[in-house]
Amino acid sequence: MRTHPSEAFTLWGAAHEHGGVSGRFVAGASARLPLNEMLNGSVLDGRGEELRGRSVLIATRDQFLASMALIELDGIARRIVLYPPDLPFELLPAVIEAASVDAVVADRSAMGPQVPRVQYFLPYAREIVPQQCDRSVQVATEWILLTSGTLGIPKLVVHNLASLAGAINRENPAAPNVVWSTFYDIRRYGGLQIFLRALLTGSSLVLSSASETAPAFMKRAGSLGVTHISGTPTHWRRALMSSSMHEMAPRYVRLSGEICDEAVLTQLRSTYPEAQIVHAFATTEAGVAFEVKDGRAGFPVGVLESMPGVEMRIENQTLRVRSSRTATRYLGDRAPVLKGPDGFVDTGDLIEQRDGRCYFVGRRDGLINVGGLKVHPEEVEAVINGHPEVFMSLVKTKKNPVTGAVVVADVVLRAESSSSVRDPRSIRNDILLCCRRSLSAHKIPAAINFVPELAVAESGKMLRGHV
Amino acid sequence: MPANVRAEIEAEFQRVADEHQKRLAPLTDDLELLGTGLDSLCFAVVVVRLEETLGVDPFNSSENSHFPSTFGEFVRFYENASL
Repeated sequence: MRTHPSEAFTLWGAAHEHGGVSGRFVAGASARLPLNEMLNGSVLDGRGEELRGRSVLIATRDQFLASMALIELDGIARRIVLYPPDLPFELLPAVIEAASVDAVVADRSAMGPQVPRVQYFLPYAREIVPQQCDRSVQVATEWILLTSGTLGIPKLVVHNLASLAGAINRENPAAPNVVWSTFYDIRRYGGLQIFLRALLTGSSLVLSSASETAPAFMKRAGSLGVTHISGTPTHWRRALMSSSMHEMAPRYVRLSGEICDEAVLTQLRSTYPEAQIVHAFATTEAGVAFEVKDGRAGFPVGVLESMPGVEMRIENQTLRVRSSRTATRYLGDRAPVLKGPDGFVDTGDLIEQRDGRCYFVGRRDGLINVGGLKVHPEEVEAVINGHPEVFMSLVKTKKNPVTGAVVVADVVLRAESSSSVRDPRSIRNDILLCCRRSLSAHKIPAAINFVPELAVAESGKMLRGHV
Repeated sequence: MPANVRAEIEAEFQRVADEHQKRLAPLTDDLELLGTGLDSLCFAVVVVRLEETLGVDPFNSSENSHFPSTFGEFVRFYENASL
């Protein structure tokens, strides 16, 4: 039997608790890997040891490969940076700089020229080499998650396994037949929670793949016996569009990442009458704050004072959270401050109280939540304003039945622009083209309206229509 | 209101598919929306664009209704709202 150090809390060590790893698996769209094979082998061609003490960026196309690399490198790498799949590669150098990355794990060689001065590895998920890192010395690896920043460069949020796993009850392992799954990508906070939940509570995990449709994923999840599954309200609204919902029979359905409305809860309840339906509030910075189990939108006021280990208060209408689950800081020069001097993280989420219940009503900073992904209006405006015929623009949110909200833009063209001779449609297409070149898909305006002027406050700032 | 709601919807599906570099499946009435090749974000954009071209947002008036699940249902949803 292998010995492993019990001091450091690592994925590799924790996965061995609660009856070990036999019979457990992580499944992607094209491969299903028994965990015991992973824990005796390497997806990095046996070269994981070379990454000891390094700052490693994981930038695989497929999240299944990323999950394997995480298991292998936690406790070995000094820092792991999770590059989300939808983030444009143009931002890679800035992220590498900010996180002092000196090694990259990727599954496409095309990335080579863009990442100078870093060591370079290709994982081979389906060819696990029976070799492993020396686990006698393990470190508390920093886990870096990326969230959308105001001016395009993502913010790098510093966590560690302990803060990420703070909401997971490891003392009370899941029943052996629990199989977790999620519509999320595990490189996002919501998805990472499910990855960790599966690994740290003795269960298996079924991951979605960008290469398969939602119905195909649900069918696969059903065939692999998924019992617990999470997603954003947008993920669930998409699932509800398909009869493949009935290919799965989950006992537990979880929603997070966006404001959860009564409609999606009602529809889920009628589709899965036997399932427990829970919505959770968590952010990358504040961590998991609370869960709501009464099946209704919003949460009872009492929740603010009844969560063990989590302190919450509402100040200036926004929810503030302090707990051991919050992130430590942002990484990089001139990084903003993540929490106040008192240790509270201001989530920026506006709360309204009605009849003893609290409801999320939007963001103080105007941040737009498109299907669980954040958009800073300023970031989109900067791209639109870069178009030579644009004088100024205002990016705002528009309610949407599919993704909760979408981004729309009001644009003022330059007076001296040639628009009088140019077709506005062609300028609109031009602007969209600029956006597509430098922004993730969810940040591209769904509509661009040309307006004669935009309201400007006395401060000289544009009126944004929020607090 | 354009006379042919269906043609307008078909054209919008194609435009959005092109913009998002998705391959659009042949649009038949019994095709599941999730089988069209469009993702959630595409549908979100389609709804916004159709509000511009058709002048209606049927989802706005029926908060608790199910999102249509086939292409045919989607077209009828808009045709009914346009009446």
